[in-house]
Amino acid sequence: MTTSLKIAPGRFDLAVVADIVEPGSRVLDVGCGDGLLLQMLERQKQVDGRGVELSQRGVNDCVAKGLSVIQGDADTDLSDYPEDGFDYVILSQTLQATQRPRVVLDNMLRIGRRAIVSFPNFGHWRVRAELLLRGRMPKTPNLDFAWYDTPNIHLCTIRDFVELADEIGAHIERGVALDRAGAPIRWKAPWPVMNLFGAQAIFLLERGRETRRDARP
Amino acid sequence: MTPSPQSFDSAPTVSERPSVVFGLDQPLVTDGGGSIAPLTIGFETYGALNSARSNAILLCHALTGDQYAASVHPVTGKPGWWDVLVGPGLPFDTDRFFVICSNVVGGCMGTTGPASINSATGRAYGLDFPVVTIRDMVRAQAMLIDRLGIDMLFCVAGGSMGGMQVLQWAASYPERVFAAMPIATAARHSSQNIAFHEVGRQAVMADPDWRGGRYLDEGVRPEKGLAVARMSAHITYLSEQALQRKFGRKLQARAAPTFSFDADFQIESYLRHQGLAFVERFDANSYLFVTRACDYFDLAADYGGSLARAFTGAKTRFCVISFTSDWLYPTSASRAIVHALNAGGASVSFVEIASDKGHDAFLLYEPDFFATTRGFLESAARARGIAPVTARRS
Repeated sequence: MTTSLKIAPGRFDLAVVADIVEPGSRVLDVGCGDGLLLQMLERQKQVDGRGVELSQRGVNDCVAKGLSVIQGDADTDLSDYPEDGFDYVILSQTLQATQRPRVVLDNMLRIGRRAIVSFPNFGHWRVRAELLLRGRMPKTPNLDFAWYDTPNIHLCTIRDFVELADEIGAHIERGVALDRAGAPIRWKAPWPVMNLFGAQAIFLLERGRETRRDARP
Repeated sequence: MTPSPQSFDSAPTVSERPSVVFGLDQPLVTDGGGSIAPLTIGFETYGALNSARSNAILLCHALTGDQYAASVHPVTGKPGWWDVLVGPGLPFDTDRFFVICSNVVGGCMGTTGPASINSATGRAYGLDFPVVTIRDMVRAQAMLIDRLGIDMLFCVAGGSMGGMQVLQWAASYPERVFAAMPIATAARHSSQNIAFHEVGRQAVMADPDWRGGRYLDEGVRPEKGLAVARMSAHITYLSEQALQRKFGRKLQARAAPTFSFDADFQIESYLRHQGLAFVERFDANSYLFVTRACDYFDLAADYGGSLARAFTGAKTRFCVISFTSDWLYPTSASRAIVHALNAGGASVSFVEIASDKGHDAFLLYEPDFFATTRGFLESAARARGIAPVTARRS
């Protein structure tokens, strides 16, 4: 099957994530949706991929594509996975919708050697401007929900995320911010710049040296 | 003589249903220390085995099911229990796969069971039949698969007690199972599961016509007891919501209650009918034995209490399916299986299908269940290199 993969509009992060993963790795995609990223990784990087997805529709789509995906919840079901089962645990555009992002991140770095996290940046200037100038909860192409029905209950900025990574003892191996058009912001730009102009961000985390592998609940 | 599997493609008449016999030199030694010989295994097949012998699917039937998964039942005349799922163009596509379904050991539809003649006595086994386990059932199936000349099954699939057999297959013969679909099942029988089974067995044994299990010798059958067993079990196969929707408090062919113990309510009439229909086709002792096999099932116990260890290093790809309203083998039981498979590093998919039809949902048309099954088999077949169907037979 060589049908081309249809990437949802605005999901520029997927290509970046796919680029980071080393070929032949064992990958767990948490919140894998309809399995697009897993498919990309299986085709481009020959990974041994697994997925976790909350929606039945998503799981059905994945299973129909031949992906190994279980119906589950990032908040409750990651604790079931044994340590060190994967080279990468990926959470793309899902962190902001979890109940306990910190526990999710902890679990990701327990299950996998490395974690890849992409999320919409709430520090983007348009988000700031909307709140500052219009005095309204921001709605952007990445975050197109009214405040009362958004699944995104834990939005954060790039700066917030860097702080959390630090707090859980994770080492940031790479951080990429993408502008609204999906182009990476100049590599090695300082955090404040990324935080202002990045519409979304992708981070590659590694367990810090001091992070005990068995420290997680 | 080794039968040629391909020759079973055409539907035989009742009297010439396929079966294989294992002689006194090939006894089935059971977990309980018993021995069954000779052993006859009755089975049905659909489709054709390919030349690579790589497209065989074994379907494992549930408690009171049988080998007639997709053929008209020789006793009841009803369609097969998975008729909706097995056939040309259906998820278990018989144009592509060679589908095998055999009656379990201890059953009563052609495989040796308590109603069969014990060669040592010339009478029906009755309670002299060894208590069999799920693993014994799977051993017998493996003997059949050997006889059919199949090394590796493309898939083993089944629901309920059939799902237990699927799990046992994957644990006992991991190298012989490419893909596995345990559906609406559990890796062990819960206390509640055992309790319901015990009610059924006690109902059978309380029937004076049971005669200590020797009813066949005496020309009677404990029909009332077996019917009651079926009635109570049938309730566990349905959800409260489905019962309420279908029957509610509706009265059966009358305008007002009769102030008697007649079947005033439709649900009473329905259950009585289910009980009566069941005794037409099922042997009472067989019911004792198959329920007992389920009760003894605890896969983790065979692996030092760790279910994960049962599947460690398994190459088999699994697709675990549960149904939201199934309270007999609830989703939590399937999640325990998924957890163990994940811990064992196995490739596993898991879907909980939204359905209000209770445990029986696995026997019914549920679009998401079918789509999942089709997708899983399709991708597994691709991985196994089984050629897709190019032209449908008319």
